[in-house]
Amino acid sequence: MKCVDRYHGGVLLLSIDSSAGASAALIRDGEPLQVWHTEETTSHAEVLAPAVQRLLAQAGVTGEDLDGVVVGVGPGPFTGLRVGLALAHALAEAWGKPLQGICSLDSLALRATDAGIDGEFLVATDARRREVYWAQYVSDDAGSRLQRGPFVAAASELPDLPAVGAGLRLYAQDLRAAELGEDPSVWVPHAAELGQLATGALAGELHGVMCQPRPLYLRESDAQVPRQMRPGGAT
Amino acid sequence: MNEPLVLGIETSCDETGIGIVRGTQLLANEVASSMDEHIRFGGVIPEIAARAHLEAFTPTLRKALDTAGVELRDVDAIAVTAGPGLAGALMVGLSAAKGLALAAGKPLYGVNHLVAHVAVALVEDDDDGSPLAPSTAALLVSGGHTEILRVGSLTDDMELLGSTIDDAAGEAYDKTARLLGLGYPGGPAIDAAARQGDPRAFRFPRGLTMPKFEGTAQSPGKHRHNWSFSGLKTAVARAAEQFEAQGLPVPVADLAASFQEAVVDVLTAKAVRACREHGLTSLLLGGGVAANSRLRELLAERCADAGIDLTVPPIPLCTDNGAMVAALGAQLVSAGAQASSLEIPADSSLPVDQILR
Ligand SMILES: [Zn+2]
Repeated sequence: MKCVDRYHGGVLLLSIDSSAGASAALIRDGEPLQVWHTEETTSHAEVLAPAVQRLLAQAGVTGEDLDGVVVGVGPGPFTGLRVGLALAHALAEAWGKPLQGICSLDSLALRATDAGIDGEFLVATDARRREVYWAQYVSDDAGSRLQRGPFVAAASELPDLPAVGAGLRLYAQDLRAAELGEDPSVWVPHAAELGQLATGALAGELHGVMCQPRPLYLRESDAQVPRQMRPGGAT
Repeated sequence: MNEPLVLGIETSCDETGIGIVRGTQLLANEVASSMDEHIRFGGVIPEIAARAHLEAFTPTLRKALDTAGVELRDVDAIAVTAGPGLAGALMVGLSAAKGLALAAGKPLYGVNHLVAHVAVALVEDDDDGSPLAPSTAALLVSGGHTEILRVGSLTDDMELLGSTIDDAAGEAYDKTARLLGLGYPGGPAIDAAARQGDPRAFRFPRGLTMPKFEGTAQSPGKHRHNWSFSGLKTAVARAAEQFEAQGLPVPVADLAASFQEAVVDVLTAKAVRACREHGLTSLLLGGGVAANSRLRELLAERCADAGIDLTVPPIPLCTDNGAMVAALGAQLVSAGAQASSLEIPADSSLPVDQILR
């Protein structure tokens, strides 16, 4: 994953992420034109669509002007994550524009790279239930890229590498913060970075970034098969 | 104004429904169900339902538009179930509906699922759907809800006369079928087993029928028009245990028939009485349990005796679907109702008198 602001094509993307907070951005040629975000985690279904409507209005952009829609596919809490995906699917379908997915953790990896991180590092976000969603990246002379993940696991099981993301705040005893001159434990994925990455991918500068626009749940639904109270009771 | 062309989206439970109507004329009614994924759990699992809605949304939308032979830009409004229902499931349909409305520049109508069950009665394959009779009641019976409503007007006058205070009737069927080893969904399984059994073999309780709950017509008790089905499953379990304790085979068919008789008896008796006491002379049956043969039979009999005109829509329109949502949307558009904001929430317990969010 390289910095994408060197690309100057003519690409206009709408990007949406609802993997933790919710955010949206219009990205022109890899640069944010309009951005919005909320750290609220329980109001995605109410706030995200109006926010997208405002972004478009403020930028004077219509669906026809867009080259595509980009959506963060998580991992993140399921209900909120689906709100962004459902919205993105409907928008892309109604506009007749291509829809691409990007792993939401890539947002924080790009932020860490831009903040000057060097070598291998982790992105770790809140997966609830005493676990984190995490992935391992490396940033070196060849650029920045995903090494493995995303996974869901207890923070104590992660490799001993500097980390960024909300997992740091929740599991300070298990994870160590990357030294970046700012506190990376307050970082939340943002659609703007996903849009920047997508711009790079569409320009052919980045590879393996885009994915199917389907949620990365990483966990099965909780459902338990009930023990039949009377197996074979039927006659 | 011409009859409005409305696209309706329904995701309150396990059916992803997208329907299209022009006024009262049905143009498309596409439903993708995640029922098969819930069978091994013996009930609808909300997370599985919500995942399935997201997967099914775009393909179902495309099919509906294709069947109706219209494009999204031709549509006058997008209607969507805003509640009641499973919160996570509702949010998928609501968020998608907002996306369509926003992208296509169409008004959004976030509507009440229960009222949509009533509105579907207007829908016809041709374009001369019959208007709702002036004094109409609706009995809605499904795995998620059990209500009797007074319908003054689909767009601005709905009143809840009674409802279940615990399990929905369909839920009682599912639980009882599971304990009798009849599988899931319980409605058709019990209906089939009951055909071989004696409905008078066991006398199971009719919930909330004691005088202290019912009172009189002049001085109605708190639960006169309400139902309770949670005690019924326990009663069936006790009866079955007695056979097992004695090492005897469990008379599943008789238990199923007697259970079904108890449910249908109390459902129809209270619904018909509620109609009579509120001067309602037509009754509409809706919800998935409308497919139950004994319910249809006994309700028809008791309505005829009471001089009540009974309407049962075709079963694919009784179960959850998008056409009913579109039908209610079309009524609201025609009545000049104000469209919903893009900020409306999914409301899992939306009361029935709130027709539009
Ligand atoms: Zn229903």
